[in-house]
Amino acid sequence: MKRRHGIVLLLGLCVAFAAHAIDPLKFDSRAQELRFQHLTRELRCLVCQNESLLDSQAELAQQMRHIIYKQMQDGRSDAQIKQYLVARYSDYVLYDPPLKPTTWLLWFGPGAIVLLGAAGLLFTVRKRARSAPAAPPPVDDEDW
Amino acid sequence: MNRMLPLIGFVLLAGLFGFGIWWNTRHDQREVPSPLIGKPAPAFSLPLLDDPATRVNKAEMLGQPYLVNVFASWCIACGEEHPVLMQEARQLGVPVIGYNYKDDPDAAKAWLNEHGNPYSMVVTDRSGATAIDFGVYGAPETFLIDAKGIIRYKRIGPLTPEVIADVLEPKIQALKQESP
Repeated sequence: MKRRHGIVLLLGLCVAFAAHAIDPLKFDSRAQELRFQHLTRELRCLVCQNESLLDSQAELAQQMRHIIYKQMQDGRSDAQIKQYLVARYSDYVLYDPPLKPTTWLLWFGPGAIVLLGAAGLLFTVRKRARSAPAAPPPVDDEDW
Repeated sequence: MNRMLPLIGFVLLAGLFGFGIWWNTRHDQREVPSPLIGKPAPAFSLPLLDDPATRVNKAEMLGQPYLVNVFASWCIACGEEHPVLMQEARQLGVPVIGYNYKDDPDAAKAWLNEHGNPYSMVVTDRSGATAIDFGVYGAPETFLIDAKGIIRYKRIGPLTPEVIADVLEPKIQALKQESP
């Protein structure tokens, strides 16, 4: 019985904390709320940097959510809101980095390395095929 | 040559990872680069800590370089930075404006009374709204603003005697040569 009380208490606390975590932002429509969630999920909290603005409990993140909310109410587009934040906190606030000369390495680096590896492999295989003897090779000491 | 390839690959990778470790010990990965360097400081109008009826705005500050030091009584790193400012602030040759960030004015006053006041004036931003325009995301942070109101340098984290001697003072000297 006691144990059950404990569980109920724990659940109650969870609900209390969850309720606390939600900002009292009122949205006109479900679509607007989804747009807000989508936008804040793409933005980085600057205090706890592994969290999005949507998830973060940092005071600054909460303040920024309110700013974003207000700008949405004022009819600003997602791009304008992002620009507002980038102008103050650089591309660092974006979880999805923009494509520009300084991020080329980031965007194309992995692909370039794969291509380089594939080219190297092709080159080696072709070279071996060309130099391979027609008859089976004699017993080799280093046959492994 | 072909038999050396795996070794070469290994050495290259080890070099890359080694560089990564070295790079990350030299740079704070959490540091958010400021896009405001070289750009005009945002307009501000903030009340003085000692006299909230009086506000200081950006236009009044034009004409001479100055430092803005973001601090708060709740900020632990500011406590580490404070003795450095107490010692160095007067010798920098530019006004050091204290920017009291998201703080209770009474707590800030008590903190300055206890530890000393190195600032030529202290402005308050209790809500932190103006600080967002400056790209502040914590305390302490320090901005060097030139006579034309352009942000020239930003330090994230506490000022140390080394940072002041190696980075800040040369930048201040350069600014003074620019504007006679």
